[in-house]
Amino acid sequence: MTAVFQYTKGMLPEETTYCPGCTHGIAHRLIMEVLDEKGLLGQTIGVAPIGCSILAHHYMNVDMCESAHGRAPAIATGIRRVQKDKIIFTYQGDGDLASIGTGEIVQAAHRGEKFTTFFINNAIYGMTGGQMAPTSLIGQRTTTSAEGRDKDSAGMPIRMAELIATLDGAVFVERVSVDSPANIRKAKKAVQNAIEVQEKRLGFGFVEILSTCPTNWGLNPVKSLEWLRENMIPYYPLGTLKHPGEVK
Amino acid sequence: MNEKVLMKGNEAFAEAAIRSGCRYYFGYPITPQNEITEYMSRELPKHGGSFVQAESEIAAINMAYGGAAAGGKVLISSSSPGIALMQEGFSFLCSTEIPLVILSVSRGGPGVGTIQPGQADYYQSTRGGGNGDYHLFVFAPSSIQEAVDMMARAFEIAEEYRNPVMIYVDGVLGQMMEPVILPKPIPAISGDEISKLRPWAMTGTGGKREHNVIKSLYLKPEELEARILDMDQKYQKAKNELVLCKTEGLKEAEIVFVAYGSTARITEEAIELLAEEGIKAGLIRPVSLWPFPYDVFDQIPDTVNAVISVELSMGQMIDDVKIGCRGRFPVSLSGRVGGILITPPEIAADARKALGVRA
Ligand SMILES: Cc1ncc(C[n+]2csc(CCOP(=O)(O)OP(=O)(O)O)c2C)c(N)n1
Ligand code: SF4
Repeated sequence: MTAVFQYTKGMLPEETTYCPGCTHGIAHRLIMEVLDEKGLLGQTIGVAPIGCSILAHHYMNVDMCESAHGRAPAIATGIRRVQKDKIIFTYQGDGDLASIGTGEIVQAAHRGEKFTTFFINNAIYGMTGGQMAPTSLIGQRTTTSAEGRDKDSAGMPIRMAELIATLDGAVFVERVSVDSPANIRKAKKAVQNAIEVQEKRLGFGFVEILSTCPTNWGLNPVKSLEWLRENMIPYYPLGTLKHPGEVK
Repeated sequence: MNEKVLMKGNEAFAEAAIRSGCRYYFGYPITPQNEITEYMSRELPKHGGSFVQAESEIAAINMAYGGAAAGGKVLISSSSPGIALMQEGFSFLCSTEIPLVILSVSRGGPGVGTIQPGQADYYQSTRGGGNGDYHLFVFAPSSIQEAVDMMARAFEIAEEYRNPVMIYVDGVLGQMMEPVILPKPIPAISGDEISKLRPWAMTGTGGKREHNVIKSLYLKPEELEARILDMDQKYQKAKNELVLCKTEGLKEAEIVFVAYGSTARITEEAIELLAEEGIKAGLIRPVSLWPFPYDVFDQIPDTVNAVISVELSMGQMIDDVKIGCRGRFPVSLSGRVGGILITPPEIAADARKALGVRA
């Protein structure tokens, strides 16, 4: 009998701390699966963020370090200088990457750093209990926008993939979602492409993954997936914004 | 014998770091230490190393963390407001036990202050502004030669203790030129050597070992407490092994100065001025500021009438001087701030005042 689904070697047999229905786990698995299939696990170094995925190193079977909130791209920059032949990635939430760490991510992309950033956009601060993120949608209720996010005081939700795509150093930028099997397959393809771009050292790679936070959205897992589809995807359109073919 | 060369302090520090095997530098321009950043940008690539001009000091210290966690021998440098921004990283590097050498070339503060020299970053260096129970090992050389000699040792200590080491000088030492004998270069480590010498580093498992994790998060209070107690053993060991201090004329002294860095050199001239008037003054020059040489103060004879802390600050080291004196002597301050260097006559005048002697 052929196994249609099995453990991927990149994921350690640990029980994760993620809430039921949280899609952080899917994103973890996709990245580790791609690295495993490419035989790159032993040559990979990862940087975990501050956020719900702070313990990613506990689950991912590659050398990893923790970072201060938002600083992962700077850390990966330092790693790249010393470990020139390795595959390096950061895994960051939206608070981490689009708020406190905007400086670090924009500048790393601007320098064209040869690593890949996986950006988990769940439109909220998960770990600290559901505060507004720069990516929270207009009208979205969070613990710091109880009446819903207001554009006049909080601005419009920031589209990081589009912002990063404007920078010459970023050569691969794609936004994907993990809300359905079809989208998960597309997300995997994006991860594969991003890693390939890094293997060829073409420049900075950025994969934005739309993700759910059932706990802080106050929705059950199924409703969360629906909310993502109905509210996030229209504002954060899926697709490839930039791939090396476009870059001279 | 090694040749004596005339070099600007900042460039000599940078060259000494390269000769100590440092191959990675991450920095952001700030006066009065820009020559270090510029020197590294020119020289490191020639030695197979890397330089990155970071977008901020916050990024610089985190690049340094990444580079050192990946096994590289890393130097960073900055000045007062820049070091302030790096303190988030210092706490991280201490908690994750990553070796690093930090060069702090201080200027006058607070705030933007002035680009002239100051020593008001004593608290910043020895007490830190990062969170948690951590310590940097802090050394304050008083000549370019001493700083250069200290560089290789600083890398050794950082490696042995797996803790950041700071060399804290003021703008005077960074900007002045002095003849200096540079150390003999030692070979840098690279490739497989890194994983052998630094088995804890993130070098990729190669499929041959369990994954290395560099972390500072301990959610269980008992685990974190055990971790901090562990780190403290290292700090207690440092208190026994890393104390460095120079003393002069304590036995015959009627007054004792305590001064570090370039201020100690100015104080030595004040001691000569006082000697001409028949006043015998001694000097304690702490070279390690953390751990501080408290025990040396026991060598001050009971016959001494006053102890003066000479600093380019409103009095920061003076707290440690008081701890060292244990209430045995009146302790006062002699200092200038705002980027102004104190002069030997000013120090001598403060000494006379403390002794109740008229000029
Ligand atoms: C300097 C600093 N500021 C604030 C925090 C608190 N903090 C921890 S996680 C977090 C938000 C994380 O949100 P996000 O990046 O969106 O990740 P998620 O938890 O949603 O996966 C914040 C603000 C911190 N640890 N450090
Ligand atoms: S709080 Fe939200 S993001 Fe964090 S684990 Fe739970 S569901 Fe996932």
